[in-house]
Amino acid sequence: MQALTNRSKVVSNKKMNFWEWIYLPAIVKGMSITLKHFFRKKATISYPEQQREFSQVYRGRHVLKRDDEGRERCTACGLCAVACPAEAITMIAAERKPGEENLYREEKYAEEYEINMLRCIFCGDCEEACPKEAIFLTDRIVESDYERQPFVYGKDLLVEPLDPAKRIDISKRQTESVLKFKQNKRFAHNK
Amino acid sequence: MDWTLYIYKTIFLVIIFLITLVVAMYSTYGERKVAAFMQDRRGPNRAGPFGLLQPLADGVKMFMKEEIIPLTANRMLFILGPSIAMVTAMLTGVIIPWGGTLNIGGLDFSMQVADLNIGILYVFAMVSIGVYGIMIGGWASNNKYALLGAIRAGSQMISYEIAMGMSIIALILTTGSLSLHDIVEQQHGINWNIFHQPLGFLIYLICSIAETNRAPFDLPECETELIGGYHTEYSSMKLGFYLFAEYINMFVSSAVIATLYFGGYNMPFIDQLGLSANVVTLLGSLFFFLKIFFFIFLFMWIRWTLPRFRYDQLMNLGWKKLMPLAIFNIMATATYYYFTVLK
Repeated sequence: MQALTNRSKVVSNKKMNFWEWIYLPAIVKGMSITLKHFFRKKATISYPEQQREFSQVYRGRHVLKRDDEGRERCTACGLCAVACPAEAITMIAAERKPGEENLYREEKYAEEYEINMLRCIFCGDCEEACPKEAIFLTDRIVESDYERQPFVYGKDLLVEPLDPAKRIDISKRQTESVLKFKQNKRFAHNK
Repeated sequence: MDWTLYIYKTIFLVIIFLITLVVAMYSTYGERKVAAFMQDRRGPNRAGPFGLLQPLADGVKMFMKEEIIPLTANRMLFILGPSIAMVTAMLTGVIIPWGGTLNIGGLDFSMQVADLNIGILYVFAMVSIGVYGIMIGGWASNNKYALLGAIRAGSQMISYEIAMGMSIIALILTTGSLSLHDIVEQQHGINWNIFHQPLGFLIYLICSIAETNRAPFDLPECETELIGGYHTEYSSMKLGFYLFAEYINMFVSSAVIATLYFGGYNMPFIDQLGLSANVVTLLGSLFFFLKIFFFIFLFMWIRWTLPRFRYDQLMNLGWKKLMPLAIFNIMATATYYYFTVLK
């Protein structure tokens, strides 16, 4: 039969020689290995005090971006909800009233926008589907809770703050390959 | 004079018991730390600085647990088991010379509770009674796993006590005394028995690991096959007593090894330093404890390196390898002394 890996070893039942028979050299060898590990740097990261550095393109808790003038970018087109494989996103669209031009960028906006974080698998398809660059995944973590209801995030938790200083920075996600991808003419509407 | 002696001995005895308990308590912490470090982990570090309060937390947990005595168990024996294990483990510390002699105000205070002239025999007696705790506990539980564990403990003890006793006979041939105090005094400076009895030391070390029921000889508890072995049915502080007795045993056997083979409280080159007698005594005790801690570490080191023996391997090692080796050791020692000392 063909071997699946090159790691297989042929087992032999040969008689042990004296040094193998008394086991002590093997024991000393084993103990030297454990002693080496004793002084090795520990792999543990003590979580609450010390946090693992996230990857630049980490896909964590979502954010609904505003544009430079503080208007919500989302137009409730529903493409993210369609793209979502876990069906975690629901929204209700509404029409922009006169006088609300400073709040919403286009005539249609999301009156309600909910992501169920227990259903979400953080695949990032919503971000890819969004034609308005409104939804992004960030390097923030969805906090744990004892109940189910708090995991359904509404607009209060998803839309970024109006204050320019408190905006959520997603520029780290715009890696070179992403920017290059966006230069494709097919995705020109994404501008 | 007599009264001061009695009072001193009582106080010293209490101190020794307290030290034994504290060391055993922190051995549990040390064991977890050593295990963690050898597996590239950090070990307990949440309770207090560096997790130093962990043993206290464990103790509180043990006391708070519900205490269950199985309906079919023999109540009296069930309670007697852990008590025997604990008491015999504590009693061995009495005859170990923890240090030389302190001279305070013209009175000599020996740092040994009782200098029995048959000290080694006493150690053996206590260790042998210790197995009764396990046997009785395993029997009283009325549980097949506990019984199997107890049977294993019994046969293992008997098998290894023979080799252990024989390695000690060779040691007695070199020292000519059974008193631990005399044995330590003979090993002054660096004239330690390990250099006279290296093979005997190896046999004794292996046997004492087996006697304390620690890995790779922990077949009596053997979690993978026997659930918990003899303490399967135990809960709360009775279980705590069994586990604790194991650590006390480890501490005491480390102390006995250090006494018999590594010169007890003797330090090399201590005479050349020109210190006063009391300082030498205290330094010696400190050094003795360092030796003990090293052996405790060695016990843990071995536990977290070697896998458990199979039962037939255990018996093979005890009867077919260690016992002939021990007999050979006696013969070799006896022949050597016959031709050098007696002639």
